[in-house]
Amino acid sequence: MAGDKAAKTYLGVPLFRPKVAFFELSSCEGCQLQIVNNEATLIDFFSLVEVVNFREAMTERSDNYDIAFVEGSITRSDERERLKKIRANAKILVALGSCACFGGVNQLKNRFDQAWVKNEVYGNFPVETEAARPLEDVVKVDLNIFGCPVKKEEVEKIVINLALGKAIVHPKYPVCMECKANENICLFDLGEPCLGPVTRGGCDSWCPNSKFGCWGCRGPAEDANIEQMKFIMKEYGFSEEVMLDRLECFGGFKTYAEEFRKSLPTVVTPSRKLFGTPPLKIRGGRGSYDSGEKDK
Amino acid sequence: MIFKVFDKKELKKLFDVLSSDNSIVGPVEIGADRNDQPIYAFSLVSDFNNIKLNYSTTKLPAKKFFLPFKEDLATFTIKEHGWQKNVDYNIDRPYIFFGLHACDINALNKLDKVLMGSTYPMPYYAAKRKNMFIVGIDCAPQPYCFCRSMGSDTVLHGFDMFLTDIGEEYFAEILSDTAYNFLKKINTRDPVEADHFLYMKSVSEKNKKFTAHVDTTDLTKILDMEFQSEVWKHWGQQCLACGTCSNVCPTCYCYGVEETVDINLKSARKTKSLYSCNLIDFAEVAGGHNFRPEQHIRLKYRYYHKHRGFVEAYEESLCVGCGRCGESCLAGIRVPEVIASVRRQED
Ligand code: SF4
Ligand code: SF4
Ligand code: SF4
Ligand code: SF4
Ligand code: SF4
Repeated sequence: MAGDKAAKTYLGVPLFRPKVAFFELSSCEGCQLQIVNNEATLIDFFSLVEVVNFREAMTERSDNYDIAFVEGSITRSDERERLKKIRANAKILVALGSCACFGGVNQLKNRFDQAWVKNEVYGNFPVETEAARPLEDVVKVDLNIFGCPVKKEEVEKIVINLALGKAIVHPKYPVCMECKANENICLFDLGEPCLGPVTRGGCDSWCPNSKFGCWGCRGPAEDANIEQMKFIMKEYGFSEEVMLDRLECFGGFKTYAEEFRKSLPTVVTPSRKLFGTPPLKIRGGRGSYDSGEKDK
Repeated sequence: MIFKVFDKKELKKLFDVLSSDNSIVGPVEIGADRNDQPIYAFSLVSDFNNIKLNYSTTKLPAKKFFLPFKEDLATFTIKEHGWQKNVDYNIDRPYIFFGLHACDINALNKLDKVLMGSTYPMPYYAAKRKNMFIVGIDCAPQPYCFCRSMGSDTVLHGFDMFLTDIGEEYFAEILSDTAYNFLKKINTRDPVEADHFLYMKSVSEKNKKFTAHVDTTDLTKILDMEFQSEVWKHWGQQCLACGTCSNVCPTCYCYGVEETVDINLKSARKTKSLYSCNLIDFAEVAGGHNFRPEQHIRLKYRYYHKHRGFVEAYEESLCVGCGRCGESCLAGIRVPEVIASVRRQED
């Protein structure tokens, strides 16, 4: 790939073939995996860009790049320093996936007493760890690519547009829009909760397509109507905790979730619920909900 | 119009005659909701037993067969210094619609006015619409149906054959030669006076069953007067701007167009996707200015297009009263309630 020097043209015009690098901070590397997992388009993808750094796919390394795709959230001080260096090298810094955009699943730990979390996960083993934060808490981010994981097709489209110099726009509407186009039966009709009405679309209603309610991994849609969403959850018989769980899950709804938690003095710290003991069953009027690992 | 009557048992025969050479779209059951009520959808059917002719209302209209949610308007083959444009109207065969209710046929007639009756007809729609054969069927009004208020509870044209249940038999209205010729293949008879009475009885019984209503008297004028009404803010505050109402509406036709280049850079496409005036960027223009940044204004304009603008242009509403938007709206925003609130009618 790095050896492919022939300049690509589009309608006779030579193309900008950006040098790109991929990095991961605290993450599961699922987003990077998404990029390499579509073999049908992989060759085309790598001929649009010149990859100079991608641990998932190659061994060579270089610090000379135009675009840095950074996956993961920041949970250690050395990651902060690494990110600053990446920022200094890159012309465009892209936050790849919900961990990088919002803190992701990692930021769930921020709700607890940090000493307790550390002890629960690592015991007495000495590790340095801090509250999980999104990239933009530390550096300027030029572009967010939402999703846990990101949607391969969306990343491809963004890269094509970068190469062609086209504007990159995210859908502003919520997941419901794509869900209806996919002819899904609404999960609320089936008695399941879903955060689709307030979550940014673009995932092609990935979860509802498999009859799983949305957990909001792409963060809020533009001007999301959270108050109405709370009302709907309640009306369909789901407890405030069900709503809060989803709002808190990926960090995209952070401001709403924090406010919501504050307004609910009775919500217990979900420590026992997430670790150790069996999942809590919450039964509501018009539907039932299992807070277990069913959805994600 | 020609009328015929045939025994209910003949319907399966008619279906088999139609399906032997054609693709049939009809109402089928696709599951049950949390209250154990069946959920219906229009789908391709090959077996008469799978068709549910006593269906209530499908969640989604049959729109995807003539106004798909997503459709390529053109694809481009890209060459070194130019391109070739390929246009396909995306219809590979005619479809038979077996069991459309009056509201959904009326919806097609309204779409015809906009998409085929204008100076620049839309060929993608026309190609599909011209290749349809429609068998309509009567229905039982549901609690959310207000088609009668919208004048869409009966349909006078736009179909090939319409069937009304008159007890042991179907009363068939025939509008096309094709329908007439198909009916020759099953046992039918000419109606006698007793059948006319049965038909009229069935119709008047249906009329008694409507519970949802919209008062359309002077509605265009009232909407003009109440443009600044506070009620729009009330509804706007509840709206999720999710677009579901337009997606489930049999008459909403708005769309956006996007041009994308395929990853191999050897082909590109121009894709049309249905959109909704309730979405936040519906009225956003190049440069980023949004003419309708507030939700209550967008919601209001959805009602103004349906119940005012379209009426002024075509002397009829762009709403057939099927009730789908209200049933699917998680915020519970329903046409009869919205219009009543504008008219300050309490119930
Ligand atoms: S399942 Fe979720 S995303 Fe789909 S329509 Fe219902 S609420 Fe919206
Ligand atoms: S449906 Fe929701 S949780 Fe699932 S991928 Fe889409 S945005 Fe993420
Ligand atoms: S009226 Fe209902 S269905 Fe339509 S956009 Fe608003 S919330 Fe969604
Ligand atoms: S506006 Fe609502 S009730 Fe009227 S035709 Fe559309 S979906 Fe049916
Ligand atoms: S303007 Fe709104 S109501 Fe009218 S057809 Fe378009 S989406 Fe439907």
